Amino acid sequence: MTAALVTTGPRRRTRFWASFAVPGVGWLIAFFVVSVYAVMAVAFGTVDPVLRTAVPAWNPLQWDFAAMSDVLDRVFGGDLGTVFVRTFRFVALSLAGCILVGYPVAYYVARKAGPRRGLLLVLLVLPFWISYLMRMLAWTNLLQLDGIVNDVLQFLHLQDEPHNWLDGNWYTVVFGLTYGYLPFFILPLYSTLERIDGRLIEAGRDLGASSMQTFFRITLPLSVPGLMAASVITILPMFGDYYTNTYLTSGSPKTEMVGNQIENYLLGTSQPQTGASLVLVLMAFLFVLMAYYLYTTLRQQRMAER
Amino acid sequence: MSVFRRKHGSARWLALITWLYVIWSLAPVLVAVRISFNSGKSRSSLQSPSFRWYWGDPTSSVWHDESLHTALFNTLELAALTMLIATPLGVAMAIGLHRWRSRVSTGANGLMLVPIVTPEIVFGVALFLVFTELYSGVPSGMPRQLIGHITFTMSFVVVIVRGRLVAIGDQYEEAARDLGATRLQAIRLVLLPLLAPAIFASVMVVFATSVDDFVISSFLTTGASTDTVPIKIYSGARGSSTPALNALATVMLCFTLLAVALAALAMRRMSKRGGDAEGMAGGLAGLSG
Repeated sequence: MTAALVTTGPRRRTRFWASFAVPGVGWLIAFFVVSVYAVMAVAFGTVDPVLRTAVPAWNPLQWDFAAMSDVLDRVFGGDLGTVFVRTFRFVALSLAGCILVGYPVAYYVARKAGPRRGLLLVLLVLPFWISYLMRMLAWTNLLQLDGIVNDVLQFLHLQDEPHNWLDGNWYTVVFGLTYGYLPFFILPLYSTLERIDGRLIEAGRDLGASSMQTFFRITLPLSVPGLMAASVITILPMFGDYYTNTYLTSGSPKTEMVGNQIENYLLGTSQPQTGASLVLVLMAFLFVLMAYYLYTTLRQQRMAER
Repeated sequence: MSVFRRKHGSARWLALITWLYVIWSLAPVLVAVRISFNSGKSRSSLQSPSFRWYWGDPTSSVWHDESLHTALFNTLELAALTMLIATPLGVAMAIGLHRWRSRVSTGANGLMLVPIVTPEIVFGVALFLVFTELYSGVPSGMPRQLIGHITFTMSFVVVIVRGRLVAIGDQYEEAARDLGATRLQAIRLVLLPLLAPAIFASVMVVFATSVDDFVISSFLTTGASTDTVPIKIYSGARGSSTPALNALATVMLCFTLLAVALAALAMRRMSKRGGDAEGMAGGLAGLSG
């Protein structure tokens, strides 16, 4: 608050506007900042020798890094390392799927759809209003042994016997993640592609470039910020996802991701200290992406308000 | 958009991909809805239609199975309360941050954006730990879930409303002040009506986010009495479940679509430029920068 009082301009005015932000900021500090700090206090705290419950260390001077170094040992070269590598692989493959399907769709709706754009936009937004888990439920219906997918594949003679899709297959998980996060990927990309100045593309065509050349030398480079934003906005939740893989594989350990380990340490086996340490490791991995998002968003805000 | 644009083969391919994507993204949900009307227990094939899993079945239909309709009411109550609290907090914060320029406000602005990029599992764990270790006075169950949902959704409101504030500019409010309105009057009589479409858009987003949330609700649930619809869908599919799960999901979907339709209608009436799908998509896309 003190900094607000020394700024230029009438004090009362500053205080007036600041008072609007105070409840929200206070709420975020009380329930977001303090909560994240609680994760650190538990991770760097100790465990009650008798009850085996967490004894958080609220004072940073009393932090104990034994549990964290144990978790780090397991992440770099131990059993948790396998889980991290698998999570990374799932996310990378799903992101590739999102780009392969999402880019053409966003590009078509933003620049080529013509009079159908309004309708297509509604259809693209629709999945936002359908519960994520309902969309996954739909696939568990379709992918059953006697489900419609197997029926269709057998009818087309693409397979002779029904295939068990929900049996802990990595490709089912990648498919599910791609399907689940594509709507979130397409919209930010759409809004960037839609804002590209059409005159730039026309100029490219007028100067003799083929439509392919125009796309690769003008549209694609100009859409990179949108591609980045869309990727970040899908990668971050995917990394913490543990329900898609669990749901589509009936909880098979073969497709376990980092989120499963975290959930299990906190809610399953009551080892909050290990779980909290793992959350911090995950956040450290994602830090660059989070920082990138914050940096670009703040820069855009400043440009918009200038 | 050039008038001289020719129809290229590539545009036809793109159209094909786009329509296939739309079908792929929506058809499975339609099948799931159709399965909810099955007369038998099959969750995989289509059987003759009935309302058995809605109210016909005396033990496990949505109407008769207490755990299912409790989850439905919990979800709606949680979403309604989240909307009522997160929206005013977020709108006020957006107005405040828009006008209040200082180093502190820059920090507050950055802080406001962090929840948007925080993976839900981090949120779930953080809230779970803070409530068990520090705020243990807060009653477990719905009150904790409510606080979680508000914390998670408030930033969406701020981002959407701020975008609109930038678009409106300061001149209307200044005019009101020149004509003798006090600062509060200018906000109430000029700014809030101008913000109405953005407020409706954020109410929709808050509602949809809260209704859709699985991770935070499940980290803070205390059992069957505070389970929500996503938790039910998640835990139901593991055991031997019936199409009642599909029925529950379908009822929830109807509520969401109804809420969205109402909000979109209100938005269209409020904003002269039309709060149609483009506005909605713009608002949602705004969340990602």
